[in-house]
Amino acid sequence: MKMKRRDFVKAAGAATAVSMVGFPHLALGAGKKVVVVGGGTAGATAAKYIKISDSSVDVTLIEPNEHYYTCYLSNEVLSGLRTLDSIKQGYDGLEGHGVKVVHAAAEMVDPAAKVVKAGGKDYPFDRCVVAPGIDLIYDKIEGYSKDVSEKLPHAWKAGPQTAALHKQLLDMKDGGTVVIAAPPNPFRCPPGPYERASQIAMYLKANKPKSKVLILDAKQKFSKQGLFEQGWEKFYGYKTDNSMIEWQPGPDAAVAKVDPNAMTVETSFGDEVKADVLNVIPPQRAGTIAQVSDLVDDSGWCPVNKKTFESTKHPGIHVIGDACIADKMPKSGYAANSQGKVCAAAVVAMLEGKEPGTPSYVNTCYSIIAEDWGVSIAAVYRLSEDGQTIADVEGAGGLTPMDASDEAHRREVEYAYSWYNNIVQDIFM
Amino acid sequence: MTKTSTKLAFLTGGFVLGISFAVSADATASASMLSNTCNGCHGMNGNSAGPATPSIAQMEKVAFVETMKALQSGDMYSTIMGRIAKGYTEEEIELMAGYFSAQTFSPAKQAFDEEAAEKGAKLHDKFCEKCHEEGGKPLEGEGAEYSLLAGQWAPYLHNAFADFREGRREIPKKMKSKLDKLIEKEGDEGLAAINAFYASEQ
Repeated sequence: MKMKRRDFVKAAGAATAVSMVGFPHLALGAGKKVVVVGGGTAGATAAKYIKISDSSVDVTLIEPNEHYYTCYLSNEVLSGLRTLDSIKQGYDGLEGHGVKVVHAAAEMVDPAAKVVKAGGKDYPFDRCVVAPGIDLIYDKIEGYSKDVSEKLPHAWKAGPQTAALHKQLLDMKDGGTVVIAAPPNPFRCPPGPYERASQIAMYLKANKPKSKVLILDAKQKFSKQGLFEQGWEKFYGYKTDNSMIEWQPGPDAAVAKVDPNAMTVETSFGDEVKADVLNVIPPQRAGTIAQVSDLVDDSGWCPVNKKTFESTKHPGIHVIGDACIADKMPKSGYAANSQGKVCAAAVVAMLEGKEPGTPSYVNTCYSIIAEDWGVSIAAVYRLSEDGQTIADVEGAGGLTPMDASDEAHRREVEYAYSWYNNIVQDIFM
Repeated sequence: MTKTSTKLAFLTGGFVLGISFAVSADATASASMLSNTCNGCHGMNGNSAGPATPSIAQMEKVAFVETMKALQSGDMYSTIMGRIAKGYTEEEIELMAGYFSAQTFSPAKQAFDEEAAEKGAKLHDKFCEKCHEEGGKPLEGEGAEYSLLAGQWAPYLHNAFADFREGRREIPKKMKSKLDKLIEKEGDEGLAAINAFYASEQ
């Protein structure tokens, strides 16, 4: 049948109408607002990857500090191998990706009104990503507080605290004792206290060889323990009379009380120990905003859907990084970075009304025990069939072998530095 | 009897649930989801910020798949990468290979010895160019699997050569004879010069 001109116009009109209806599908996320609370590893990664995935999403990052000092490699600042400036990152790169960066302290996330309150302003969102890191629970140790931490640094959030602890190590006399109070599980950076002991011992061995590091632990075992103890035996006389590192296991050795004037600690067993430098790493929980916004459970950490990192307490709000419960991923920098990407993909899909795709997660973590002596742990994860666990793939991952060659340990240090260069590029640039 | 039927119902329910979960859990993650997990060590889109993790952007697909399989089996020595490679299925490796081969390689910005690089250019032509064409630049089509030397990170190449020479990484016969000749005539300095040449191609 021949089409009359009028019919053709009608048909063309209909086609236009369809395409006009169809057009918004190209950018379903357009104009949708995402507010990210916290510009650390997890939050900055999520903000950047949401923009990369869909530039039409309006992403605001709320972060009080103008710079971020990475916790990773901050132990090298303590030993003097690197400067604090070398672990300082900024937010220009994120702004270059179109993220609006607001330097303000977020006070609360209101899940009902869907706004983040920060610096006297309301920031409305369609979806919110909360990445506040950790809160240090000072009062779990008698005599310890935020004020006292000026004198007895925790240095568990990198920055001025790291500089303070470094200065105390420089000022300490040869023959002094550095006490590290290691926290109970779960806490940020499981191998961190032991890498710290190694880095401090490295500094002392070269500069103050009559000194020692004493770790008073709340735990009975720790991350990469075999590899650390092997390295300590090789470099620091561990388990000999002249050991530069001593580790006392919990629960007896857990630091229960500190006296900043006498520079003593009391263990849960009741022993009193005198220190010249006292590094108190207190028990931890999810960052303050998660506590005040009803995002935590009885454990003090945030339960989430393991596929999307959406809070199981309040829909529309995602929690990533150290603050969330992401078993079996550890509270590490690479895990936070990996979660940021999984969460970003889920947020973009959910803004478009789509089912989020299958996630994939990775952790890699290096510890530098001595010069040219690094060790690592790695894991590749999948969502378990019941959706309840971020399960590591069997037969993959694991630790540096105990019989690794000297060359392998040298390379692990090279790769640790490469890890740093690449992960900060991936997060902030 | 009641007990049995409850148990049966429970089992059936479990079975149905099992199927629905299996479907979502079995779906393979997308190429970008899988590949983005590599960026923390290998750089955005596989262009490494160095110094020791290699850039894998624009790596030829077959070479990528073969490398991952050799890392899984241990035929190619590694510190950490073998442990990671074992976490992926063949299908996932294929997806990542497709993703990274579609990226654009950016030569690494790194310092190098200019004099050594000049000498290295000549040695490359003599010993390597036949397979690693155009100075080892990223290529398409034939010869693509031998590329990604030009602008690759020098510490990575240094480690890779050590592995080839010490039998930790499988070396093709032709390459072994060329490498042996190079070392015989020019020594370790000759190899360092070739690495300097690759580092100079920025």
